[in-house]
This record gives sequence, C-alpha cells and structure tokens, in this order.
Amino acid sequence: MRVRFTQSAIDTIEARRELLDLAAGAYASFEGWVRDHNEGQVVTRLEYEAFQELAMKEGERIIADALRRFPVKHALCIHRVGSLDLGDMAVWVGVSSAHRGEAFDACRFIIDEVKHRVPIWKKEHYRGGDSGWVNCERCAAAPHHHDLA
Amino acid sequence: MQLKIHYYALMREQAGRSEETVETSAATPADLYGELIARYAFTLSREQLKVAVNSEFSEWSRRLEQGDAVVFIPPVAGG
Repeated sequence: MRVRFTQSAIDTIEARRELLDLAAGAYASFEGWVRDHNEGQVVTRLEYEAFQELAMKEGERIIADALRRFPVKHALCIHRVGSLDLGDMAVWVGVSSAHRGEAFDACRFIIDEVKHRVPIWKKEHYRGGDSGWVNCERCAAAPHHHDLA
Repeated sequence: MQLKIHYYALMREQAGRSEETVETSAATPADLYGELIARYAFTLSREQLKVAVNSEFSEWSRRLEQGDAVVFIPPVAGG
C-alpha cells in the first residue's frame, strides 16, 4: 500500500528507500510535525484516530490521482495514529521524479488532499486540561451560527 | 433488520462506544442518523457529516440492507 498508518515513529530512511529509481533525478518530501499551539491555544499533545479501511482506500486513490496528474515515479504517504507528543512527526509524504518541479508539486498535492479527503481525526489536548476534536467541536458547539452569518 | 455501526472520534466519545449492532427499520443512512442523533444527542448535524457503507463512501439516500456496516464520518483533520 502506498498509504500506511503506524502506531510508532515514522522511519523516513526506510520509506525514502522505497522511492529510489535510477530514472529519478529528484526527491521531495514533506513532514508534518506536532506544533505547540493552534488557533490561540497552547497545545500539549495530540491524538490521531483513523477509519483505517476507508482511509487506506481513499489514500490510495489520492496517490493514483497524483501519479496521473504529475509525471512522477513513486509516491508514498505514512500517517501516525495514536498519541503524539510535541515535535513528533505526524505525517510524511515522499515523491521521486525525473525533475524537481513535479516532485514538489505532487508532494504538495498529496498532503493537501490527505488533509481534506482521508478519514483521520485529530484531538488536541490543551494546557489547562481542555481538549477538542479539530474541525468538529466549534462547529458542533454553535451549529446555527453558520446559517445566521 | 440489523446493521453494524462503527463510531470514530467525537462521535465515538458521544456514543460512549466504538461499535454496536442495531435493530432498525431505517431505510437509508439519513434515516439511521435521525434515529441515532435522538438516542445519543450527537452535536454534529447530518450536513456536517459524510457516511460510509461497507467501508466505501455512500450517498445518504442509499437503501440499507441487512448486515450493512455503517460509519458516520465527522469533519476530518489529517496531517
């Protein structure tokens, strides 16, 4: 599978090896890290949860889309699930291609699509003990404000 | 008929369980969500969700069948 989920630290050295290709002159990667703040709150740790069966299918479709759209050789995405600390790598995307332009473009495309399409959820834990599911709690707390705005 | 339901993230916490088998007369995922939102007081409206049947994205108007596995999908936040 070209999209995977792991409970343990992402091994980028091993993942990168899968992209090697003598026809590739370029490699681009993206790492998403756990940040200590979000929307004005101090974040202390994160939890990720995935609906893995569908997430792998949708992820595979994203990789296939990327390979159709951009002339790249190989692409791979690995996403952490479970509890993560500040500074941990939450997601890694790697792409190899003949030239650098399409490697950067495909890498950007894949991470953007993963964020929007793949059923993965992120719970932020804040200083002070509060926590919240990103993109779920604020909408849920005030579902009618969108209608009034 | 019986349906299997899996809950994730905010909905898992609000339902207090990650899965259950329900006996229902709901004809579609939309009907089913209407039943469950009354039972569990989910805070997400149906308009905020997507739905999957048997591990594939589905229309809300799909006809449900005995044994189908249904997952309601809250707004995602990968990466």
